[in-house]
Amino acid sequence: MSAVLDRPGHDADHAHDHPHGWRRWLYATNHKDIGTMYLLFSFAMLMLGGVLALGIRAELFQPGLQFVNPELFNQLTTMHGLIMVFGAIMPAFVGFANWMIPLQIGAADMAFARMNNLSFWLLIPAALMLGGSFFMPGGAPAAGWTLYAPLTLQMGPSMDAAIFALHIMGASSIMGSINIIVTILNMRAPGMTLMKMPLFCWTWLITAYLLIAVMPVLAGAITMTLTDRHFGTNFFNPAGGGDPVMYQHIFWFFGHPEVYIMILPAFGIISAIIPAFARKRLFGYTSMVYATASIAILSFIVWAHHMYTTGMPVTGQLFFMYATMLIAVPTGVKIFNWIATMWRGSMTFETPMLWSVGFIFVFTMGGFTGLILAMAPIDIQLQDTYYVVAHFHYVLVAGSLFAMFAGYYYWAPKWTGVMYSEFRGKLHFWASLVFFNITFFPMHFLGLAGMPRRYADYPMQFADFNMIASIGAFGFGIMQVYFFVFVVIPAMMGKGEPAAQKPWEAAEGLEWEVPSPAPFHTFETPPKLDATATRVVG
Amino acid sequence: MMSMKLLSDQFSKVCIGVFATLSTGLAQAVNDLPGGPAVRQLDLHPPASKIAESQQFLHNFMLIVCLVIFVAVFGVMFYSILKHRKSVGHKSANFHESVGVEIAWTVIPFIIVIAMGAMATRTVVAMKDTSNSDLTVKVTGYQWKWGYDYLKGEGEGIGFLSTLDNAHRVMSDSGKPAGDDYLLKVDNPLVVPVDKKVRIITTANDVIHAWMVPSLGVKQDAIPGFVRDTWFRADKTGDFYGQCAELCGKEHAYMPIHVRVVSQADYANWVQGKLKEMAALADDPSKVWKLEELIARGETVYNANCVACHRPDGKSAGPIKALDGSAVVLNDPGAQINILLNGANNGAMPAWKQLSDTEIAAVITYTKNSWTNSTGKAIQPAEIVSARQ
Repeated sequence: MSAVLDRPGHDADHAHDHPHGWRRWLYATNHKDIGTMYLLFSFAMLMLGGVLALGIRAELFQPGLQFVNPELFNQLTTMHGLIMVFGAIMPAFVGFANWMIPLQIGAADMAFARMNNLSFWLLIPAALMLGGSFFMPGGAPAAGWTLYAPLTLQMGPSMDAAIFALHIMGASSIMGSINIIVTILNMRAPGMTLMKMPLFCWTWLITAYLLIAVMPVLAGAITMTLTDRHFGTNFFNPAGGGDPVMYQHIFWFFGHPEVYIMILPAFGIISAIIPAFARKRLFGYTSMVYATASIAILSFIVWAHHMYTTGMPVTGQLFFMYATMLIAVPTGVKIFNWIATMWRGSMTFETPMLWSVGFIFVFTMGGFTGLILAMAPIDIQLQDTYYVVAHFHYVLVAGSLFAMFAGYYYWAPKWTGVMYSEFRGKLHFWASLVFFNITFFPMHFLGLAGMPRRYADYPMQFADFNMIASIGAFGFGIMQVYFFVFVVIPAMMGKGEPAAQKPWEAAEGLEWEVPSPAPFHTFETPPKLDATATRVVG
Repeated sequence: MMSMKLLSDQFSKVCIGVFATLSTGLAQAVNDLPGGPAVRQLDLHPPASKIAESQQFLHNFMLIVCLVIFVAVFGVMFYSILKHRKSVGHKSANFHESVGVEIAWTVIPFIIVIAMGAMATRTVVAMKDTSNSDLTVKVTGYQWKWGYDYLKGEGEGIGFLSTLDNAHRVMSDSGKPAGDDYLLKVDNPLVVPVDKKVRIITTANDVIHAWMVPSLGVKQDAIPGFVRDTWFRADKTGDFYGQCAELCGKEHAYMPIHVRVVSQADYANWVQGKLKEMAALADDPSKVWKLEELIARGETVYNANCVACHRPDGKSAGPIKALDGSAVVLNDPGAQINILLNGANNGAMPAWKQLSDTEIAAVITYTKNSWTNSTGKAIQPAEIVSARQ
């Protein structure tokens, strides 16, 4: 296999290159090992965040307080959000980037291998500190994942732990982003021009720029919160003339690009899978790239649509309403391109394709509710109700998470060298899809009926839909445990049919030019590529 | 519009039927609350103001537009999924771009979203127009209750607090809720006249709250240190309910909003009664009270304001400082007055300066002489007056 070069005399330093035991992981500089650690870490965080979510749903199963008191309830909602956003979704995409970007562009590894190690290992103390905040005096932070001032000023010492943890995670994200940008811009194999690059690399390149732009903004906001809490400043403390609304502006200036940070890499994964299973080239590659860039740019000028009810001047509301609606245009272009790729293809529906089609279907529903929420007059009714909870779970769970499952089933044969069981993959998909909708669809009704979010207890009229949602949530949770036990663990143990080098008939890209499982070192010298930059020649 | 409503009504009936069948035996006995949530409600509240009506109209409009796009887009996708599959022998075509199609599906959605925005613009402008109001009420968010002060218009000078009925809070803790107005019943509803433009000015004492009444189409954050405003003109009389919509701490779910819209004549009567009642209640801060009187008065103040955190037994819950056996309560009246007036622990103990001098004196006296505390000491309102200066 020409892509994996065994240079003479290279064997001598293999022991150095390929450490074993704990050193292999702690001192890891190999993009594949680091990618694996990122993915396992984020799955552990998904489970932790999921347990907190089930705590919430158990309490809301019936009206009245049964399991937790309101203090703990607020801690659960806050920590569920923080852990899922910063611990599960973001690191999981970095894990995909670590594994796939060097393979897709024909590079030997990430540009900064040791920084790569640091950006992963920083996550562990951050996660321990964040998770450990439950055991601090007064319990975990309970101000919501948005950490609005001045409620944050009332929190106990765990708030400081959470701020510190977020700082560390932010530093990790920025390092990861620098690494990804430098890798993509400098380490592409000759012939892999930017406009021939797989879309996953494109979406991550743009995401990495977004991360570098907005993580410092979040860091600023929470640092000001910290100094307000301890050093007598009054950035956000109204008692000293501070401005709590300014906190929201700064937070959402980070927060809105953040939601695209969590979805753009998903678009990249879907754009790889749909053509592979439709046996047809991706429709409108160029417009996909431009649409991704437009979404990224627009994401900086829509932040205040999270703040219609704070009381903005009428011009502000109109500007943010129109700007927000514009995002529907490039997002629509992506959906249309995917469907045009499927159109007159020759489709099969293995598990990755099922997750991808499921993604398009359910993500689009989240897109529709996003349009409805963008309308300022309707948002006045729906802001801070369960409608918003339904909306962002449709785009984050059915969007980002479904895309990651698609990506897992698509690429895991390459990672592990064994095929998953189609039956188990399909069961995981269908049960997750059904339970997801049982959980979150009724929340639209709750929101329309005016049930506010972050409520430990609610009027009796909301009881039935809450009960349905709770049942769905437990089903959804169980299916993810099933996924780990019956799909991931067997794959990690090497159980299953051996995977071919290219297990998917029409998959394209350099990752399919190396054997399965991908050897520890790939593309140690730049490969020669054909004209489409999807095959290695000679 | 008519057919829209018919359709949605039909849909509601079908859905309600399905869910009713599903949940027979599960649901507790509860009925719709007029002006509040209905059982298994599927849509926005029935509007009771022009703004709420246009919100409802816009929502229906958006639903229909989204439904049309949904059917068109997914019609194509599922047709493709059925027909263009390998298992039915379909061979893949070889096209991968088309400038014309791509421009069309960029420009058409652009026109659609601009049209959507244009539909909503008039309502946005109308919502923000708080000028020429007949009545102005200041709404203050406290942890965890609402304060209403009638600033301008008929009823000027009226002011009161509005708190969740403590029986509901107890029901919540016991896990055995009951009643159609569970968590929505307050001691003093906000009373306003029908067909009058009511301007609501919001602010808050501690953290951000949000004042919302879905039937009236209003939701406005109440932000400490800032004033914001919104307005409504109720077009029918009745009771309308809402809840705090911005996370404000542990009792966030327990500070409902109840607006009672009454006829002009009833409103005039209510204002007369309320003004008399307030005059009767007003305490002379220079009055010297007996210990027992202060304790009795303090107990009502305690139960209305303090009991949520400090518990009926004064032992408090979680990180909140206990009052029973507290050194400050037993020995340091100056510090205790200071804490009540200015708050403590970064606002974890809020400031209570909005209470009257008599109320603060009474509640301090109550804490000094309740549970295992028995100092026998009384704090007189005059001491609060001087501490405030």
